[in-house]
Amino acid sequence: MADVVFQERRVAHRPSVGKRSSLHYALKRKSTVAFLMALPLILLVALLVVYPALYSLHLATLNKSMTKFIGLGNFEFLFKRDTFWLVVKQSCIFAISAVIFKALIGFIVAHFVHNVPANKQRRWRGMLLVPWVIPPAMSTLAWLWLFDPSYSAFNYTLSFFGIGPIPWTGDAMWARFSVILVNVWYGAPFFMIMYLAALKSVPDQLYEAAAIDGANWWQRIWYVTLPMMRNIIAITTLFSLIVTFANFDIVRILTAGGPLDHTHIFATWAFRVGIEGSDIPLGASVSLFMVPILAVAAIFILRDISKRGNEA
Amino acid sequence: MSTLTIDKAGPRRKVKYGSMSRDRAWALRWSYFFLTVFAIFSLTPPLYMLITSLKSSAEISAATNPWWVYHPTLENYIQLLTSNQFLRFFWNSAWVSIIVVTITMLISVPAAFALARMKFWGSATLATGVFLTYLIPDSLLFIPLFKTFALIGDWTGIQLINRWYVLLFIYPTLTVPFCTWIMIGYFASIPKELDEAAIIDGASWFQTLTRIFIPVALPGLIAATIFAFTVSWAQFLYPMVFTTSTDQLVLPVGIITTLIKGDVFNWGQIMTGALLGAAPPLIIYAFLMDYYIAGLTAGATKG
Repeated sequence: MADVVFQERRVAHRPSVGKRSSLHYALKRKSTVAFLMALPLILLVALLVVYPALYSLHLATLNKSMTKFIGLGNFEFLFKRDTFWLVVKQSCIFAISAVIFKALIGFIVAHFVHNVPANKQRRWRGMLLVPWVIPPAMSTLAWLWLFDPSYSAFNYTLSFFGIGPIPWTGDAMWARFSVILVNVWYGAPFFMIMYLAALKSVPDQLYEAAAIDGANWWQRIWYVTLPMMRNIIAITTLFSLIVTFANFDIVRILTAGGPLDHTHIFATWAFRVGIEGSDIPLGASVSLFMVPILAVAAIFILRDISKRGNEA
Repeated sequence: MSTLTIDKAGPRRKVKYGSMSRDRAWALRWSYFFLTVFAIFSLTPPLYMLITSLKSSAEISAATNPWWVYHPTLENYIQLLTSNQFLRFFWNSAWVSIIVVTITMLISVPAAFALARMKFWGSATLATGVFLTYLIPDSLLFIPLFKTFALIGDWTGIQLINRWYVLLFIYPTLTVPFCTWIMIGYFASIPKELDEAAIIDGASWFQTLTRIFIPVALPGLIAATIFAFTVSWAQFLYPMVFTTSTDQLVLPVGIITTLIKGDVFNWGQIMTGALLGAAPPLIIYAFLMDYYIAGLTAGATKG
C-alpha cells in the first residue's frame, strides 16, 4: 500500500500549474487511502456484526425447521410460556441487583484504596483486581466447588457458627443469590478501578475548600465527589448493565439455569433453546429481547459522546 | 488534605490539629481493615483453587478441613500436563489467542489511524459506530453467526463448524471494536505538529503511522494487545457453540466438558485445570499491571 501511495504522490506533485486541481486531487487521494485503511474494519463490522444482527431478526420470523415464514409466531409462543416470563423476571433481577451491588462495593472500595498512602495503593489495587483478570469460566468453577452440595467449604466454615448447610445452588432463592454473588465478585473490581481513576481526577482544592466551609464527610461525597464523578459513574453503570444482561458464563456453569429454570437469563435460555434444543428461530427470538435494553443504553452513551465532542 | 488546611490556619488552633490527625489515623485503620476484608473476598476463590489442586482425590473425598492441605501432592498437575487432551486444549487456546491478537492489531491500528487523523466521508459516523459495535454482546450474535457459518458450510462445502479455526473469524468481532476505539483515543492525543512535520519532510501516510504514531502510542498498543489476548483467552460462549469434538476445544470449554463427567466430579483435576487456564492472564497481569489498567480505564476516559 505504501509504495502505491508514494508513487501517486510523486505524480501528483509534478504539475505545478493548476495548483487548485492538484490540491483537490491530493485531498481526494488522502481520503481514499484512509478509506482503504479502514476497509478491513468496515468489512468485519458489516459482515460479522451488522449482518448477523439483522439476520437474527429474519430468523426470529421462521418456524422451527426454518422452512416457513410465521411472522410473530415465535413471539406469540414465547408470551404464552411461563418459563419465558420467569426468564424475563430473573434477567431483570439478576442484572439490576448485580449492577447496584457492583457499583456500591466498587465505590466504597475505591474510597478505601484512595484513603491509604499512595505508595501502598498499588499493592491493594493489584490484589483487588484479581477477580476481573481470571477468565470468568475458570473462576466460576472455583465458586461451583465452594458451593458444592456435599463438600462446600462455605458450609464447612458456617457450621462452626451453628448455621446449617445452605443449599447454595439447590434452592431457587439461594441459587439466584449465588449467581448474583459470583457476578458481583467478578464485576466489582472493574467499578473499583474506574471509580479510583475518577477519584484521582478530582482536584484536591475542592476538598480543601469544602473542609474550610465545614463540610462533613457525607457532604463532601454528596456535593464534591459525586458531581465530579457523574460522567464516569453513568458510563460505567450503563456499560456494566449491558454486559450483565448479556452474561452467559457464570449462570451457565454455576446452575445451568436450574433449579427448574429459576436462574435462566436471556443468554443461557437462548443457548438452551436455540443450540441445545436446536430450535434456532426460537433461540434468536429469545436473544432479541436483549435489544431494548441495549438500545436505551446506546442512546445514553451516544448522547454522552456527542456532548464530549462539543466540549473538546 | 484536611490536616493541611488546618496547618495553614496557624499555630493558634493546634489542639484541633491533633484531633483531626487522630481522626485521620483512625480512618486509615478502618480503611486497612475493610480493604483486608475485601481482599479476602476477592482472593478466596483463586486461593481455594490452589488449595484443592494440591490435594489428592482421597483427601478431597475424606472431607477433612477444606481450607488446609494435609498431604500436598503435585499428582493433579502431573496428570494434566502429561495428558495429550489437556495439552491439546492449551495449544488450541494459545494458537487462537495469538492469531486473533495479530489479526486484531492488523485491522484496528490502521483503521484507528485513519479514523483519528485522515478524515474521510463518514469517518465520524464510523468511529461512533465502532463503539456501538463494541456494545453488541456475544449472546445476541451467537445464534445468527452459528446459522450463517452452517449455511456457508452447506453452500460452499467448506466446513467451518466444529473446527477450532472458525474462532479466528469470530473473536475479532469482540476485540477489534474496542481496540480500535482505544487506539483512536491514543492517536488523537498525539499532537498534530508531529505528523505535520513528518508529512512536510516527505513521509507517506504509512511511514507516518509506522515511524511516528506506533512508537509514540506504544503504551496504548500494549494495552490493546493485552485486552485482545485476555478476551480471546477467556471467551466461553462462542467455543461452546461452535466447537464440540474434544480435539477442537479451547481450554475453558475443554475443562468443563471433559473433566466434568456426568456426576463424577474430579475436583482436584478440575481446580488444577482452572488454575492453569487462569495462569496466562494472571501472569500477564502480574508483569504488566499498569498497561492492563490503562486499557481498562481507556474505554471510558479517553476519546
